[in-house]
Amino acid sequence: MILVKNRTKLPNIYIGIVSVIMYLPILLVIIYSFNESKISSVWGGFSLKWYETLFKNRAMFEALLNSVILAVSSGALAAAIGTSAAVGFTRIKPKSKGAIEYLSMLPMMTPEIILGMVFMVFFSLLGLPFGMLTLILAHTAFCIPYIYMLVKARLVDMDKSILEAARDLGANEYHVFFDITLPQLIPAIISGMLLSFAMSFDDVIISLFVTGVNVNTLPIKVYTQMKTGVTPEINALCTLMLCVTVILVLLSSVISKPKRSKVKHREDLEVTK
Amino acid sequence: MAETILKLDHITKTFGDTQVLSDINLEVQRGEFITLLGSSGCGKTTTLRIIAGLETPDGGTVMLGGKDVTNEEPNKRNVNTVFQSYALFPHMTVAQNVAYSLKLKKVDKATIQKEVASVLTLVQLEGYDDRMPSELSGGQRQRVAIARAIVNKPHVLLLDEPLGALDLQLRRQMQLELKHLQKKLDMTFIYITHDQEEALNMSTRIAVMRDGLFEQIGTAAEIYNRPKTAYVAKFVGSANIVNGVVKAQNGSALTVEVAGGEAEAFAFDEKYEGGQKICLAVRSEHVLIHHCENEPQGLCAVVTEKSFAGGMLRIVFKLEDGTTLVASRHGIDIDFSVGDKACVGWAAENAVPVEADE
Repeated sequence: MILVKNRTKLPNIYIGIVSVIMYLPILLVIIYSFNESKISSVWGGFSLKWYETLFKNRAMFEALLNSVILAVSSGALAAAIGTSAAVGFTRIKPKSKGAIEYLSMLPMMTPEIILGMVFMVFFSLLGLPFGMLTLILAHTAFCIPYIYMLVKARLVDMDKSILEAARDLGANEYHVFFDITLPQLIPAIISGMLLSFAMSFDDVIISLFVTGVNVNTLPIKVYTQMKTGVTPEINALCTLMLCVTVILVLLSSVISKPKRSKVKHREDLEVTK
Repeated sequence: MAETILKLDHITKTFGDTQVLSDINLEVQRGEFITLLGSSGCGKTTTLRIIAGLETPDGGTVMLGGKDVTNEEPNKRNVNTVFQSYALFPHMTVAQNVAYSLKLKKVDKATIQKEVASVLTLVQLEGYDDRMPSELSGGQRQRVAIARAIVNKPHVLLLDEPLGALDLQLRRQMQLELKHLQKKLDMTFIYITHDQEEALNMSTRIAVMRDGLFEQIGTAAEIYNRPKTAYVAKFVGSANIVNGVVKAQNGSALTVEVAGGEAEAFAFDEKYEGGQKICLAVRSEHVLIHHCENEPQGLCAVVTEKSFAGGMLRIVFKLEDGTTLVASRHGIDIDFSVGDKACVGWAAENAVPVEADE
């Protein structure tokens, strides 16, 4: 009896430890973003002062705008390329599939520092001007695998006979893709885009390598400001970014969640029939 | 009157090293309900997919309505398929599913609406227009799949084991409905099943398939009463196959030596010589059982097994040469126990010579 009781407590202890390690720092950052005092480690009373300075900081705002433009456009580009790649790969002979699959997943597994260097060397070889263009290209490249992965998983789940049924009913390849395949991939594409948005939005290393002198993204801006000392302004920024991330994550899970309630409904129908 | 709507001419198909279809020849008349019957892996689905254009044959031609469509894309063929998995478009409502082929043909909206309503009524799904496929039961999805396939009024409707996923009761009901639907629409149906009862129940003609070949094509009565080969006799109605040697032939009356005894058989128009080996098909319900003491006639046998299944009593006998013979009777018991000796036989007209299995 005692043994059983002890055993049931173990998961709780585990959850407790994980929560403290994971969420205590986050909680502290949020609390200290409302700290009146200039020194982070001293509590000087509640204040929205640092949010005010943050909103007045033009450079910071510009960096945020850059980050949003970058994340949205690279996410959209990656969605287009990643989706067509996933759809195209379903038609490749199984033999060559494995190799191509690994190749396309490589950006995900390569250390970012190497990717960053590679992009820098490649872009300077091409003679591209470093700035927003190079940022978008690099971010698109490392976001593609996320879209590819999610879309491919959806494609694998899809009943192939549905595509054949469409062909049988008179659809050509073009119709099959736009009427049948794409609508069913939309949830996967959207959650892939949200994921790449998040990846792009917080990327420092690759961005540092490929950005120009006068284009700052938010993470780069934060990173460089850290060197001159952490002000509670950073805490305020982190809190805001955290809010956005939480909203995105919630959105993504709502979109990709299968509609379970309908299945239950179906069983009811069966009974009443 | 008889107009050939579909003709398969020497169709062959291999997947990798496996020859799936060896030599398929079939002519289907307009308005026929033809069933391809065979066990799984015999090539019936591949045949259907070749007709639909979802698969290209390695050799041979497919003629549809007098036109060679062998290399035609599936969307260019006036053939529609009811898939085994129903294959409904999960993101479209029932009405959108059914309307899809008409929409592709750019039929005007009012006509589409009218046609969709009329086929949904035909399959008894009025009022289900706005449901999603995930909100339907298996039987209802089946009906949507049928409605979607017939709305286009195809030359030929292909049905790939459409009732396979339904329970027995619903399956029987759908069998009747499909049969009525086919008569009402006067549409040509090509139906695939591995269920011989379904085939006998519904079809105007049955093509029994085995290892990529048609073993026999004929009406249900022909297939059942006059099977050409031992395989057909066993597959349709699970007949007993008994080997013997011809002793004498007198017109259609054959005397055959079987397992140390003598039995009668019925020759339709075949001629046999004395001493020729012969294979007889005898249906289990036609096996006669006698007590050896009272009526010593027919063949000596021992009861080896008795079981009650599907409303029928099944008695298994072993003949003197080791051949097993299955008899079936209505009722739940018979006054023979396992181990008892019995005399078994059959009436001459119930033993049909068939080609032996290689």
